[in-house]
Amino acid sequence: MAREFGEVILDLQNISLRFGGVKALTDISFNVREHEIRSIIGPNGAGKSSMLNVMNGVYHPQEGKIMFRGEQRQKMEPHMAASQGIARTFQNIALFKGMSVLDNIMTGRILKMKCNLFHHALYWGPAQREEIEHRKKVEEVIDFLEIQSIRKTPVGRLPYGLQKRVELGRALAAEPTLLLLDEPMAGMNVEEKQDMCRFILDVNDQFGTTIVLIEHDMGVVMDISDRVVVLDYGKKIGDGEPDEVKNNPDVIAAYLGTSH
Amino acid sequence: MSDSHGQSAGGGALETFPRLLMQHAKLRPNRPAMREKAYGIWQTYTWAQVAENVRAIACGLAELGFRRGDRLAIIGDNRPRLYWSVAACQCLGGIPVMLYQDAVAEEMAYVLQDAEIKFAVVEDQEQVDKMIEIRDQVPLLEHVVYDDPRGMRHYTDTLLMGLDELQAMGRIHDQNQGDFLNAEIDKGASDDISIMLYTSGTTGKPKGVCQTHGAFIAAATGGMQFDKLTDQEDILSYLPMAWVGDHLFSFAQAMVAGFTINCPESGETVMTDLREIGPTYYFAPPRVFENLLTTVMIRMEDAGWFKRKIFAHFMEVARRCGAEILDGKSVSGSDRLQYWLGGLLVYGPLKNVLGMSRIRVAYTAGAAIGPDLFRFYRSIGINLKQLYGQTETCAYVCLQPDGEIKLDSVGKPAPFVEVKLADNGEILVKGPMLLKAYYKRPDATAESINADGYFMTGDAGFFDEDGHLKIIDRAKDVGKLNNGSMFAPNYIENKLKFFQHVKEAVVFGSKRDFVTAFINIDLEAVGNWAERKGMSYSGYTDLAQQAAVYDLIRECIEKVNADLASDPMMSGSQIHRFLILHKELDADDGELTRTRKVRRNFISDKYSVLVEALFAGKKTEHIETEVKYEDGRVGRVSADLRIEDTKTFAPQGAVKAA
Repeated sequence: MAREFGEVILDLQNISLRFGGVKALTDISFNVREHEIRSIIGPNGAGKSSMLNVMNGVYHPQEGKIMFRGEQRQKMEPHMAASQGIARTFQNIALFKGMSVLDNIMTGRILKMKCNLFHHALYWGPAQREEIEHRKKVEEVIDFLEIQSIRKTPVGRLPYGLQKRVELGRALAAEPTLLLLDEPMAGMNVEEKQDMCRFILDVNDQFGTTIVLIEHDMGVVMDISDRVVVLDYGKKIGDGEPDEVKNNPDVIAAYLGTSH
Repeated sequence: MSDSHGQSAGGGALETFPRLLMQHAKLRPNRPAMREKAYGIWQTYTWAQVAENVRAIACGLAELGFRRGDRLAIIGDNRPRLYWSVAACQCLGGIPVMLYQDAVAEEMAYVLQDAEIKFAVVEDQEQVDKMIEIRDQVPLLEHVVYDDPRGMRHYTDTLLMGLDELQAMGRIHDQNQGDFLNAEIDKGASDDISIMLYTSGTTGKPKGVCQTHGAFIAAATGGMQFDKLTDQEDILSYLPMAWVGDHLFSFAQAMVAGFTINCPESGETVMTDLREIGPTYYFAPPRVFENLLTTVMIRMEDAGWFKRKIFAHFMEVARRCGAEILDGKSVSGSDRLQYWLGGLLVYGPLKNVLGMSRIRVAYTAGAAIGPDLFRFYRSIGINLKQLYGQTETCAYVCLQPDGEIKLDSVGKPAPFVEVKLADNGEILVKGPMLLKAYYKRPDATAESINADGYFMTGDAGFFDEDGHLKIIDRAKDVGKLNNGSMFAPNYIENKLKFFQHVKEAVVFGSKRDFVTAFINIDLEAVGNWAERKGMSYSGYTDLAQQAAVYDLIRECIEKVNADLASDPMMSGSQIHRFLILHKELDADDGELTRTRKVRRNFISDKYSVLVEALFAGKKTEHIETEVKYEDGRVGRVSADLRIEDTKTFAPQGAVKAA
C-alpha cells in the first residue's frame, strides 16, 4: 500500500526530562509527520509514557524544544494541547466507571461546547441545540467503533477490552488531528487486539488522524507502524521503518540482551 | 379448498409484489413502511419513499445490464436497502437469491455457482471481501453492489459499485425513461418466480427452492386472514433474510398487508430494539424465546428475596390459570383477581422488559418448542402460537387457531392448504403455496412432488382427535433399536434441549442395543449456576468436564428417561450413557446447519471415536478436534472426556400417570 505523508507536524528536539536526580529522558530528538502511525517502543521504564506526557503537555522537559505545527511550544497545560487537537488514551483506563458509555464519550466533546454552565443547567435554547449536535458526533463515533449495543451500559460493567475501546471513543469524540495511544492493546486477547488494530488503521485511514502509539506487542507494532522509535533507559537507540528497526543490533540487544 | 376468496380484493392487478408495492405507495404514501435504527435514532421510510428507492435501484440495475430472468444474489443483515433490492429485482422480472450472511466464502461460492449469479447486492466490506475471495470460482459474477461504503475507500476493483451511485444512476434513468420500469412491472405475472431460497442442506447439498409471486402472496394472504392482521402491525425484522420465515413475515406479509417492518441497529442490540419498537406481531424460532427466558430467569435469581417471592407466587398463579384466561376458558373469580393483580405487579413489567407489551400474535416455528417454555409465554398473556411449514411451502402449512392451542401439536391446516398422511405416516401437502421447482434439479422436484401434486415433506406425524397435526420426527430419521423398538432421535433431543442447562444434544441408537447421547451445555446458564456454587473454571472445555456438571446433566437425562418410560412407544429409547462434548457444536465447523439444526450424520462421522467409546462402555476417551474461528484461522482443542452411565426406568405401559 502506497501511503503518503504530509509535513512534520510535531518535532521534538533534544528533549531531556528529569525528576530530581532521575533522568527519565536524555537528549531525545524525533519527529512525527502528518497522517503517519508512529510507534514508540522500549523495555519497561524506558521512558515511553513520559515521552507521551511531554507531547501533550503534562510534563515540561528541562531542556529541548518542541515544535508543533511550526511553532515552538511554550510552557503549557494539557487542556491547551487538547484544544490544539491532541487527544490521548491512558495505559490504565481512565474512564468514569459509573457513567454510561454514551456519557463517557460525550465528555470527549466538552472542550468543543460553547454554552455556559447556566445554559446547560437549564438545558434550554442554544444548550439544547448544542447538545443535539454533539450527540450526533458521539453517535458517529459509537457507530464507527461498533459499540451500539453497550451505548447505555455503565462502563464499570464492561469487560476490559471494551473499556479500552470506549476510551478510544472518548479520544475520537474530540476529533483530534494527533492521537496519542498509550498501550491500547495491553491485556487483550488475540481477537480483541485484531479489532483494535483494525480500528486504529481505520481512524488513520478515514479521518487522516496522525497516531503516536506505545505498544509492547511487537507483531502489532511492526505490522501497523510507518516508523518506529526505540527508547532504552531514557535514550533513543533506534529510529526508522519497522524493518530497519527490527535489524538494528542495539535494539536487539536492548530487547534480548547480549552475550558477553 | 377455499381458494376462491383468496385474492378477490385487488382482482388480477395485484398478483405480483412490485404491483403491491406501487399500490401501497398510492394508497398509503405517508404511512411508515420501514424503520431502521441508525446513529441511535429510528429513521422512518414511508411507502412512497420505499417505492421511489426501489425504482431507483431497479433502474440502476437495468442500466448495469440486468435482464428479465437474471438472478440477483442478496447478502447481508436485515437492512432496508437489501429489502428494496429484493423488490427492485422483482420489478425487472429477475429472481432474488438470498444467501445467509454468516456463511463462509466457500459455502457462498457453491450457491453463486449453482444459481449462475452475475449480479450481487451485499451489505458491507465483510461481504465484499468474500466475493473478491471467491471470484475465481464464480466467473459469471460481473457486478457487486455494496450498501455500506465504510472501509471501501481503497477498493478500486471494477467489480464493485456503491449502492448510492447505483441509485443515482437509476434515478437519472427513471427520469429520462419513466415508462420503462412501469412496463417492466406490467410484464410480471403471478406465475413468475419471485424468489429463490436455498434449503439449509441438512441432507446433502443445498437446493434452490423457486417460489412464485402467487405462492408467497397466497401464503401471506392466508396468514393475514387467519390472524386478522391489518396495516397497523409493527414487526421487528431480525432473522436472516435468507430464511423462508423472514421472507414470509418481513417481506411477503408486509407487502400484502402494508404494515411496518423495523430493522434493528445491529445483531447485538436486538433486545433493546425490541423493547423500543414493541412489535404487535412477532416471529421467532424457539431458541430466541428460550434465550429471552434464560436471561429473565438469571436476572430473577440475582434479585432480592422479596422480589423473588412475588415473582414465584404470581408465576404459580399464571401457570394455574394464565393460559386458560388467554384461551377464554372459564376460570374461578379468585384466580381471575389474582391474575389481574399479577398483571400489575409481574406480567406487565415482565412483558415490557421483553418488549412484548403490544404483541397480539406471536409465532414460533423451525424446531420443537419446550412445553414449559411455550406455557410460560402463554401464561403471562402473550398469544404465542406454533406453525408448521418449510421452505418448499412458504413456511405455511399448519397454524394454531386462537383459543385452540395445544402444547404438542402444530395446529390445523392453514387456509387454502390440504394436508394428508401417507401410509408410512409421512405428511403430504398441497396448495397454492407449493414450490414451482428446485432450481435446475428436475430430478429432485420429481422426487419431492408426487403424481397427485402433493409435496412430500419428509416429516412423520399424525392427526389427533381434534384434527390437529402432531409432528414426531423426520420420517427418514425414525429408526429402530436392535430390539425392534422405535427410535426417534429428534424427539429425544428436543426433550433434552428443553432443560435450560442443555444447549444441544445428539442421540445415537439406530441399529444399536441402547441409546446414548452427546451433550452441549449452555455456557451462560451452567456458568451462572457454577458461579453461584463458587466453582471456578477457565472456559467451556474445563467447565464441561467437571464432575458436578456431569451430575447436573445426569439429573436432566434421568428426568427425560422417566418421561420416556411412561410412553409405551418410546420406553425403549431411554438414554443409557452420555458424555459432554469438549467444544460447542458450531455451524462454522459444519456440525450445525446455518439454521442451527444438528447434522447428526456428520457429527457421528467426525466423532466416531466418541460414539464407539459410548457403546463400548469405556469410562474416558481422548479427543482432539480442529476448530475454525470466525476469521478463518484454524485451532485445535483436545480433551479427555468422561463418559457416564445414567439410571433408566422400567416401562410403565400400564401405569399411565407420569
